[in-house]
Amino acid sequence: MKKLSKSTKNSLINYGMVIALYVVIMIIQLCGGLSNSMKGFLVPVCIYVIMAVSLNLVVGILGELSLGHAGFMCIGAYSGAIFSKLTEDTITVAPIRFTIAIIIGAVFAALFGALIGIPVLRLKGDYLAIVTLAFGEIIKNLVNVINFGVDSNGLHFSLKSAMDMGLAEDGKIIIKGAQGISGTPQDSNFTVGIILVLITLFVVQNLVNSRDGRAIMAIRDNRIAAESVGINITKYKLMVFTISAALAGAAGVLYSHNFSTLTSAGDKFNYNASIMILVYVVLGGIGNIRGSVIAAVILYILPEKLRFLSDYRMLVYAVVLIVVMLFNWSPKAKEFKEMVSYKIKGMFAKKEETQA
Amino acid sequence: MNMLEVTNLSISFGGLKAVNEFNLTIKKGQLYGLIGPNGAGKTTVFNLLTGVYKADTGTIVLDGQDLVKLSTIEINKAGIARTFQNIRLFKELTVIDNVKVGLHNGTPYSTFDGIFRLPKYFKAEKEITEKAMELLKVMGLEAEANFTAANLPYGKQRKLEIARALATSPKLLLLDEPAAGMNPNETAELMNTIRFVRDNFDMTILLIEHDMKLVSGICEEVTVLNFGTELTHGITADVLNDERVIKAYLGD
Repeated sequence: MKKLSKSTKNSLINYGMVIALYVVIMIIQLCGGLSNSMKGFLVPVCIYVIMAVSLNLVVGILGELSLGHAGFMCIGAYSGAIFSKLTEDTITVAPIRFTIAIIIGAVFAALFGALIGIPVLRLKGDYLAIVTLAFGEIIKNLVNVINFGVDSNGLHFSLKSAMDMGLAEDGKIIIKGAQGISGTPQDSNFTVGIILVLITLFVVQNLVNSRDGRAIMAIRDNRIAAESVGINITKYKLMVFTISAALAGAAGVLYSHNFSTLTSAGDKFNYNASIMILVYVVLGGIGNIRGSVIAAVILYILPEKLRFLSDYRMLVYAVVLIVVMLFNWSPKAKEFKEMVSYKIKGMFAKKEETQA
Repeated sequence: MNMLEVTNLSISFGGLKAVNEFNLTIKKGQLYGLIGPNGAGKTTVFNLLTGVYKADTGTIVLDGQDLVKLSTIEINKAGIARTFQNIRLFKELTVIDNVKVGLHNGTPYSTFDGIFRLPKYFKAEKEITEKAMELLKVMGLEAEANFTAANLPYGKQRKLEIARALATSPKLLLLDEPAAGMNPNETAELMNTIRFVRDNFDMTILLIEHDMKLVSGICEEVTVLNFGTELTHGITADVLNDERVIKAYLGD
C-alpha cells in the first residue's frame, strides 16, 4: 500500500469520524433510541460544524479575526429560502430544488464575501474585526426591513411594508419585513447536513494541503516574507474570505430549510451567533479542523442539555468553557497530555516487540 | 554583462536622506558586498531593490528589465529574491513547506486542481517535493525537513531563508547579514555554502555583512555606504584597506 502523508491521514480520520457519527446516530434512530429533543439537534449541529470549520479557515489558517460570520449565514439562509419559495410550484422534486437552493445560497454569500472583502481586506487585525462585526449587524438589520413579493407582473420589493409593494391579487408575499419568510419547504435533514459537512471538510482540508493553503499560512506567519517570495496577498485573502462565506451560506440554506419560518430577529444571525462560532473555533484549537468539528458538536449540545439547571445553565457552561480552555492551552496540561500519549505509544511499542 | 545596474537611487524619509544618489553595478555571476557602519542605509537599499520602498529618483535595471515601477511580487517574479536581517520564516510551517512556499509561483496547478485533487496536483506536488528536498540538501537541512521552522537552531534558520529565496529561482540573490549571530565555525560553513550556491546555481549574489572575514573571504567587489551615500567601491582587498573606510567604521 502506498504510504499516506500525515496530512492525508488526518483528513481521512476526519471524514471517518463524521461518517462514523452518522452511522451511529442512524442506528440509534432506527432502534428508536433517539429522543425528540435529540432529533432536533441533528441538523443544527451540522450547521454549526460547517460554520466553525469555515470560520476556522479565516481565523486559524489565514489568521484574521472575522466577527461577521453569521451575516454570511443570514444571506445564504434568505437567498436559499427565497429560491425555494419561488420555485416551490415549478420544481416539485424536493432534492433537486434543495440542491439548487444550497448552491444559490452559497453563491450569494460568496458574492457578498467578495464584495465586502475587496475594501475590507486592506484592513488588518482589530480593524478588520470591527468592520466584519458591523457588516454582520447591517445584514441582519437590513433583512429585517425588506419586503419582497412576486405576482404575474414580476418581482416586487419595498423597504416600507408588504402593502406598499402593490402586489396583484395573484401575488405571493415572500419576505414580510420582520416576520420574515414563512412556509419554506422543510427539505433539511440529517443526511443532507452530514453530506454538507463532508463537502466542507473536503474543500477546506484539500485547500489547506495544497499550494494555495501553504501560501495562505505563509501570509499568516509572515506577510512581508510571503510577499518577498511572490505571493499575492490580496488575492489569497479574498479567496479565503469568499470560500469561507460560501460555506457559511450553504449552512444558512440548511438552517432556513430546517424550520418553516425564518426571521432575522433573535440571536441566530447577530454578533452573539458570530461570537459563539468563534468560541467553537478557539476552543477546538485555532487552525485545527478536527478540533472545530468536535468543539462545535459538544458545545452546541451542552447548553441545550443543561436546560434542567435552569438559571445556573449559562454559569455551568461558562465554567466548562474555561476548563476546556485551560486543558487545551495551559503548559501544564499540554505536558500532561504529551506524557499520556507517550505512555500509550510506549505500551503499543512493547506489545509489538513481544509479538516480534 | 551586467546583472544589476542601479543609477542615482535616492529616497528620503521626511528630512532624512536615507539613500542618496546611490550607484551600483554588479556583473553576472559576481559575489558583491555592501558594507558600512550601522544606519548607513544598507537595508534601505535592499528594500528599494525589492520594491518594499519606492525610490524618489533613480533607476534599477535587472538583466535589461526596468524594475522601478514594479511591486514586490513582480520584482520577485522578475528575478530578485532576498533574505532578511531579522529572520522572517513561516514559523508554524515545516521546514520543507517553507521551501515549497518559495516554489509557489513555480507550482503549475490551479486552486481547482488543488481542491479536487486532479492528477495535475499529484504530479506537481511530487515534483516540487523533490525540488524542495534538493534545495534542503544543498543547505544541509534534509534531516530537519519535517521539523517546524521555529524549532530550528538559529544558524539553520538563516540557511532555510536562503533555501526559500533560492526556491523562487532568482537571477539575483540578496542576503541581508547572513552571518549575523553565527559562531566562527558556522560562518566558515556559510561561506562555503554561499560559494557553492553561486557556482552551482549560476547565481549573482549581493550581500550585506558586518563580518569582515566573510566579506574579504568571498566578495570579489564591495561598495561602502556611509550616511546614505557611497564612500567608495572597488576590489575588496583595496577597499578594506582604504583609510576612509577604516575611519567610517572606527571614527577618527
